[in-house]
Amino acid sequence: MAQTFSMIELKNIKKAYKTDFTNLQVLKGIDLDIEEGEFVSIMGSSGSGKSTLLNILGILDEYDSGKYTLAGQLMQNLSEKQAAYFRNRFIGFVFQSFNLLSFKTAVENVALPLYYQKINRIERLEKAMHYLEMVGLKEWANHHPNQLSGGQQQRVAIARALVTEPKVLLADEPTGALDSKTSSEVMDLFEDIHQAGKTVIIVTHELDIAQKTERIIRIQDGLILNREI
Amino acid sequence: MKFIDLDKWSEIFQSIQKHKLRTGLTALGVFWGIFMLVVLLGSGQGLQNAIELKFKSDAVNSIWLYGGTTSKEFNGLPKGRNITFDNEDYEVIGEQFPEIENLAGRVFLRGNLILKYKDKNLSFSVRGVHPDMIKIENAIIESGRFINDEDQRQRRKVAVIGSIVSKEVFEDEDPIGKEILIGSTAYTVVGLVLDVENDRSQREIFIPISVAQVVYQGNDDIANLAMITGDMKEEEVAELETGIKNLLASKHQFHPSDVRAIYINNRFEDYQSFQNLFLGIKSFLWFVGLGSILAGIVGVSNIMLIIVKDRTKEIGIRKALGATPRSIVSMILTEAIFITSMAGYIGLVAGIMLLSLMSGVKSEFFLNPEIHLGVGVAAILLLVIAGALAGLIPALQAAKINPIVAMRTD
Ligand SMILES: Nc1ncnc2c1ncn2[C@@H]1O[C@H](COP(=O)(O)OP(=O)(O)OP(=O)(O)O)[C@@H](O)[C@H]1O
Ligand SMILES: [Mg+2]
Repeated sequence: MAQTFSMIELKNIKKAYKTDFTNLQVLKGIDLDIEEGEFVSIMGSSGSGKSTLLNILGILDEYDSGKYTLAGQLMQNLSEKQAAYFRNRFIGFVFQSFNLLSFKTAVENVALPLYYQKINRIERLEKAMHYLEMVGLKEWANHHPNQLSGGQQQRVAIARALVTEPKVLLADEPTGALDSKTSSEVMDLFEDIHQAGKTVIIVTHELDIAQKTERIIRIQDGLILNREI
Repeated sequence: MKFIDLDKWSEIFQSIQKHKLRTGLTALGVFWGIFMLVVLLGSGQGLQNAIELKFKSDAVNSIWLYGGTTSKEFNGLPKGRNITFDNEDYEVIGEQFPEIENLAGRVFLRGNLILKYKDKNLSFSVRGVHPDMIKIENAIIESGRFINDEDQRQRRKVAVIGSIVSKEVFEDEDPIGKEILIGSTAYTVVGLVLDVENDRSQREIFIPISVAQVVYQGNDDIANLAMITGDMKEEEVAELETGIKNLLASKHQFHPSDVRAIYINNRFEDYQSFQNLFLGIKSFLWFVGLGSILAGIVGVSNIMLIIVKDRTKEIGIRKALGATPRSIVSMILTEAIFITSMAGYIGLVAGIMLLSLMSGVKSEFFLNPEIHLGVGVAAILLLVIAGALAGLIPALQAAKINPIVAMRTD
């Protein structure tokens, strides 16, 4: 590898959930470097702050202090409009609970992020169809989410995350709700995406899933535990 | 930004289509508000129209004078003298009291004269009147014209007939321009009047008072005098009444405090009470109208709050995919405005349709229910704006919440 480019760079990221009575310090100073094209997994016990970290990476949540640089740009004090732009252009996010819109068909769900890029409907549906085909759901394009199995819904969600051709694909326990056979199909899909050159980061608490990635990042008590290649 | 964003509209139509219950509830609230407003205001107007027509002749601020018999001695003259008005009284009153809007005298022809037309011989009451009597009686000219000043001056033999007279004499013929005989004198029918007050007035025939005096009476006596006092105030009317009484007292030599010499029927109180009745109906209609608008506003606002809450998860998902707060607010408001204005429009049309069905109803207390289109449109606008405003605040809030938090709601 001639040259590596840091896609994600975290410096001393801290995040606390404050309520009137409590101050729960979830992230206590995360330092992390993920290079372009890497395929990594984040592991840790329940409540260790994996989702919190991933949400910060996905610009869905804010952090209290530290520095987060995404593709060379500092993600700090973003306006709502800027945040929307980075979410739309830079990030593909796959949620554990899929978060598909139930009143839209599979293909319309996949096409939705392109709507916010002001791409016209025909082109949107064409692209969405392409990504649905890639996840093997071409025949299910016109089904609504409630007519699809969990694995199929997860694949629709992955297609939706990919349709904008983002720099980074983030997935929070993408196999958490799936059986082992479907899980490995979804993991094969992530492997393909990685092979296509994308940076892929998944959160999981299953070791066999994590072992399919290039690197496992362990998080404990709000800190990165160790680094292994 | 594009003026008509087709993509945005297709998103909105899809949202409307896929959320039939939500759309239906919003639409129903607005529809019902506008529909009730139109029907209530419209039928209230119908009630008012009917009452106004029925009591129209009483709703005129007028004074009627009738000759009587003196009950007091005056200037050496005995009591028990009959007082009768004449043309001079008519003229002097007109000259001395220019504030009177309309003044007319009336004579009754003795007995019922036989009216002849073709093979018909019928008996009706005939009155000689001044041209202004039409205003004082507040009757409607159905066709042709009423007696005019020329008829009066030249003693033209013209007649204006009531609608029952016309029906019985001419049946389906057009009476205007036809020659009739009243007694032994020939008259040309020049007009047809409709006085809705009662049947009796529809059985009357009017001729110029000058003709009646010459042809049938042989003197210039006037049975009674009537005048419209317009929108004079109560004190002004009372002052006028006293003035006329004093004038007539000195002309006819009776004691000004003699209450039997002449009778004065001042309709001011009737007039006033009908003005109050109309005002009451109007205020009630406004009360009802504003009430249904207010209910509509509260309803729509509530639904908007619920809708925004209902859509919080959707908003979170859209934001996570790159929607700006502005696009979220615009989506919610455009949809709301579209639904409310469509529903309002349908409510307006449905209400107007019901009103036009109702106008077929024949009743003494119901006539031509109608609504000013402007009122309906203004009501719709008010509801649409209220809905938009009510939706705006929660939409702005919802568009600002953290997508993670929003997506967690169910
Ligand atoms: N919105 C919030 N408000 C308050 N506390 C929160 C909030 N979100 C998460 N937490 C707390 O922060 C801690 C970390 O949560 P997080 O969801 O990041 O854990 P996780 O590692 O993803 O766990 P899991 O494996 O169960 O998903 C938990 O103790 C959780 O209770
Ligand atoms: Mg989690």
